[in-house]
Amino acid sequence: MPKIAEVCRHVRSKNAGPFWITVDFFFADDDSFARYRDAPELGPDLFARLFGTDPAGVKRVPVDALRMIKISYPRPHPQGWRHERDMHGGQQFARLLSVELA
Amino acid sequence: MSELERTVTKVIVPSGMLGAGVKREHIAYGLAQGAHAIAIDAGSTDSGPSYLARGVSKMNRESIKQDLLVLLQMANEAGIPVLVGTCGTCGADASVDWTRDIAIEVARELGIGLRIACLYSEQPAAVLKRKLAQGKIRPLAPLGQATDELFDACDHIVALMGPEPYMDAVQRGANLVLGGRTTDTAVLSAVPLMRGAGVAQTWHAAKIAECGGQCTTNLRRGGVLMHVGADHFDMEPLDLGNRCTPESVSAHLLYENSDPFLLVEPGGILDAKEAVYTQVEPRITRVVGSIWRPMPYTMKLEGARGGDYQTIMLIGIEDPEVLANLDEFHDRMHKTLVDRIAATFGDEAGNFEVSLRLYGWNGTSGQPVPADTPPPRDVGVLFVVTARTQDLADRMARSCNPYFFHMPIRFDMELPSYAFPFTPAEIPRGRVYEFMLNHVVETEDGFELVRTDWVDVSSTGTVEHLETPHA
Repeated sequence: MPKIAEVCRHVRSKNAGPFWITVDFFFADDDSFARYRDAPELGPDLFARLFGTDPAGVKRVPVDALRMIKISYPRPHPQGWRHERDMHGGQQFARLLSVELA
Repeated sequence: MSELERTVTKVIVPSGMLGAGVKREHIAYGLAQGAHAIAIDAGSTDSGPSYLARGVSKMNRESIKQDLLVLLQMANEAGIPVLVGTCGTCGADASVDWTRDIAIEVARELGIGLRIACLYSEQPAAVLKRKLAQGKIRPLAPLGQATDELFDACDHIVALMGPEPYMDAVQRGANLVLGGRTTDTAVLSAVPLMRGAGVAQTWHAAKIAECGGQCTTNLRRGGVLMHVGADHFDMEPLDLGNRCTPESVSAHLLYENSDPFLLVEPGGILDAKEAVYTQVEPRITRVVGSIWRPMPYTMKLEGARGGDYQTIMLIGIEDPEVLANLDEFHDRMHKTLVDRIAATFGDEAGNFEVSLRLYGWNGTSGQPVPADTPPPRDVGVLFVVTARTQDLADRMARSCNPYFFHMPIRFDMELPSYAFPFTPAEIPRGRVYEFMLNHVVETEDGFELVRTDWVDVSSTGTVEHLETPHA
């Protein structure tokens, strides 16, 4: 089973304001995008499990023209809270790279 | 000049952040293309709640002054206005004044006259409580409804301005508009909207240009020139060696935005779902097909406060025995330190917290490490204690000192000394700052919660504060 790192040419995460993090998955080729655009493995439960977010808040929008999907989730704690470790949310993508897809 | 050329509004966006540095040749290129204004953002929440909670700038004075020297001199020669949004990182009233005073100093050094419009959008809690009572404040996910107490808890609250106060200031003769908190796009949208450019095209262009060169293929080579027409916009880099491609331009709509197609702004929503991006010249990308849906006027609110205090300590560990048992070491150390503080301070300790972060192991995520992970060569352990005063946090750190630096991995061994790099070892880190608001307020229009002050600097350097500008 391929990992996200193997089917995407680039994965990035960043704050979208102080209360959200947004993750962009840029797929490597048309085949991978077609196959995983709607993959259930990238569903809200994955984000709840990896990031402790409320699965009901997870938003997912594919952008066909850029062969990418954008998944945004509410931060479990606002940016800058007392135990903040990633102020920009810029390293949160790393946990996703080894997630296996069907 | 063709009809198309005449109806296109051109705005120089020198960079994504005032103070990041601007190049004269980039501005000169934009001016040579007939730019109608220079517009630049100076703010962001991205560096965290500290700046708004304190009402101060992240950028230092020298960096702001350096950029203003270039921009004000070149704009003055060209006779076009300069617009700055979200002065001083957070856009609090004091940050606008701070930037205004730097601008006055720059005008005097350059020997140029300047009519400055200062736009203030900081909000007293009382104003927002009244709005709340009128049912005119709504929460944005994931926060719940605001309360009076929430507004009282904030040290500073700002409302994000739309373009209307900027348009009004330029129309009334401002050469320099210094805005408090403003949406990143509104400050770039003001002059095209004022000159009658397409509304959807303007907002879309502004979103693409908001981070300067981020929408180009080489983001280290300066900002962009927005060309906004009635039914299209073109994005062009200010550097002749740089390019805007359909991919670099369209990809920027994704940036720091939770939805890749929709952008909520004061007074409407930009919908870029049907936008089409085309390379019309090797360096220029044209965009058509975006839609603007007008909505009742709302302004987003941001609020922040200072909370508890933290003190930190740092050690490095290369002892292989510790490195082979890091999770156990972490848990035992954490318990030892928490017990030590509780025993030493009793009731005075209050709701303190100790956090140990093992950089080189799982410091970035704090998450469990897969079972088959080999030990690292070296870890840095960051100790963070949080308590209600700085003095208490400092004393707690000192009470942990002998344990944090010398706790053995086995009890039958002599006391180790982990590698601590500083003396004194504890570092008072200051307050924990918190974002408190993620709400919108309904207003009559773009002016209801905004105040404008005028300052005239004469070419001989005298400064006059005006209620309203002279005709």
